[in-house]
Amino acid sequence: MISKLQAAALAAVVTLPLALSGTAQAGATFDGVKQKGYVQCGVNLGLYGFSAPDDKGKWTGLDVDVCRAVAAAMFGDAEKVKYTPLSAQQRLPALQSGEVDLLARNTTRTLTRDTANGLNFAPTNYYDGQGFMVASKLGLKSAKQLNGATICVLPGTTTEQNVADFFRANKMNFKPVVIEKNEELHKAFFAGRCDALTSDASQLAAIRAAETANPNDYLILPELISKEPLSPAIRQGDEEWTNLVTWAFYAMVQAEEKGITAQTVDAAMTSPDPDVKRLLGVTAGNGKALGVEENWAYNIVKQVGNYGESYERNVGSGSKLKMPRGQNALHSEGGLMYAPPLK
Amino acid sequence: MSKDNPSQPSAAWAASYEEEPSQAGVPPSPGGMTALKPFGWAKDNLFNSRLNTVLTLICLAILWFAVPPVVSWVLLDATWTGSSEACREAVGACWSVIVVKHRLIFFGTYPFDEQWRPFLACGLFVAMLGVSGVRAFWRPWLVGAWALVLVGMGVLMWGGVLGLTHVPNDKWGGLPITLMLSVFAIALAFPLSILLALGRQSSLPAIRSICVGFIELMRGVPLVSVLFMASVMFPLFLPEGVTIDKLLRALAGLTLFTAAYLAEAVRGGLQAIPRGQYEAADALGLGYWQKTWLIVLPQALRIVIPPIVNQFISCFKDTSLVTIVGLYDLLTAATVATTDPEWRPFFAEVYVFAGLVFWIFCFSMSRYSQWLERMANRYNRR
Repeated sequence: MISKLQAAALAAVVTLPLALSGTAQAGATFDGVKQKGYVQCGVNLGLYGFSAPDDKGKWTGLDVDVCRAVAAAMFGDAEKVKYTPLSAQQRLPALQSGEVDLLARNTTRTLTRDTANGLNFAPTNYYDGQGFMVASKLGLKSAKQLNGATICVLPGTTTEQNVADFFRANKMNFKPVVIEKNEELHKAFFAGRCDALTSDASQLAAIRAAETANPNDYLILPELISKEPLSPAIRQGDEEWTNLVTWAFYAMVQAEEKGITAQTVDAAMTSPDPDVKRLLGVTAGNGKALGVEENWAYNIVKQVGNYGESYERNVGSGSKLKMPRGQNALHSEGGLMYAPPLK
Repeated sequence: MSKDNPSQPSAAWAASYEEEPSQAGVPPSPGGMTALKPFGWAKDNLFNSRLNTVLTLICLAILWFAVPPVVSWVLLDATWTGSSEACREAVGACWSVIVVKHRLIFFGTYPFDEQWRPFLACGLFVAMLGVSGVRAFWRPWLVGAWALVLVGMGVLMWGGVLGLTHVPNDKWGGLPITLMLSVFAIALAFPLSILLALGRQSSLPAIRSICVGFIELMRGVPLVSVLFMASVMFPLFLPEGVTIDKLLRALAGLTLFTAAYLAEAVRGGLQAIPRGQYEAADALGLGYWQKTWLIVLPQALRIVIPPIVNQFISCFKDTSLVTIVGLYDLLTAATVATTDPEWRPFFAEVYVFAGLVFWIFCFSMSRYSQWLERMANRYNRR
């Protein structure tokens, strides 16, 4: 998160060279990527589940899978990615200067970034937000049942404000246990000094995985009380590239909706469903429109998997984080993941 | 102040410093003969006044309370192998996190099956540094050997020839990055700093003001901002599509920064040379470069070995700041290793380990500089 002043300064610096050069060649990034033969992808230095090297030094994570999906769509090979680890300060200038073609680095989509900073955003690949973690034995199902609870919270942050707002809006009371240091705060919660711990949901999952012997003893409630839509970003001025990144992600969501996984995608090639036929390029058209091979989506699903597979593998039940799908479930299952028709 | 026999021939001087370096020329202290009478030594040095007695007792008490817990945490209660569950139950340090993560810490994102290559490259590099430190090897062939080793390292790290797969340098990480950044930054900054220091003393106003301006600019800003400019702002001013490698940019930033500080250390040496030396050189009819190369620099650099090595060590540690520009140096890789939720409670062990690696290199540099200093000054003890 950067302050407004930083954002303004950054925007000024970032837009100056663009204004001077005065050109935004349409298709420059798309053609550039195609020519050099790989996607230069800006990622986090190390955020477990989103982008981090595993024990063998191989990049893995939900954000990394976006990079791989785009490479699979473009080149038919998900490995044709070069990763540029970026610090929080570097990420926007790195995208602006052309150092990276795509920024998949847990970046929250905001109006300022979309406009003044000269970025475009692909669809949100992870809806994060502030949530509550409680002990499973309390038997709670919803944050709305927290009336009268004691809640462990860091002081002086928007986190504290958000909790107060949420309880006021729902006409409930709570007793804050305010502790200055993160480690102390977690200790207090696990020692049972409060009923719930609040922070960003992805953070809660990481805390749970790190500090409990059995993660199933604790539950992250499904309500998120703040908006942190983490989205891949691209430079403004190349619609072809924006289209490809956008639809590469939608293809993953669409594949999940149609129940096509990396294992079943070959069988799905013979499916009679017209939507599946269009998705996998059996019925031609989508590939030509995007400027790539017709089997682009097949390659994504075959090599990266559908969105659900990627989610479970990196942050969900198949990972150490064990985050529930929550808002990141398909729209048909009460979440926010919704792919427009691929036709 | 020396008590040594003045009639001792100078060849014996050279021999004696190598045999007992720390004792040479130092008169024995009143409480000497330590090995023979430890009790007497303690009485003379630790309990010879009321204040000293109290201080000694306080120190002993601190050691009594501090050492056993540290020893039991580090060694006795520590978990050396096994899972993170075993670590969670143990009270001591969890060294198995190092066992699990050491390859990530040392080599970052370098392809796993190829990690023998950076290992070999680092080994070659360190061995070559060691060889270069030994006086007997200071021969012209050393330059050739260095060229060979650097080419060999390049082949190992990049590959692409001799059947090695190509590994682009955006996949390099860990110890090779730390070693290469620091050694190349030092090697490039040192000559640059001598030029800057000479330029700062130049009688030509243009050269002098450029050097002064550069040194003061670099010394006036933190290294973080230099790195930030080099890797974030600089690319914005390049034409679209032109990018300079990130590693190279960070190296350039680090080199310029170190050169500015080194230049001031070198200047201190230049100013310590008596005026008579310059005048004598002039009287011999030596030109500027002859005078500088033969008379001034050998004396000046000898004086400033301690501050120069100080700067080298500081440069080595400064490389850990490249994490803010997204380079995977040793410390960044260590930090990333601690983000794994399974091992996150044991971040202290990972940092202790990274600190140990840094300490080994810095301590070796420091010891070497002490040896170098003694050797350089053996003919002109003061």
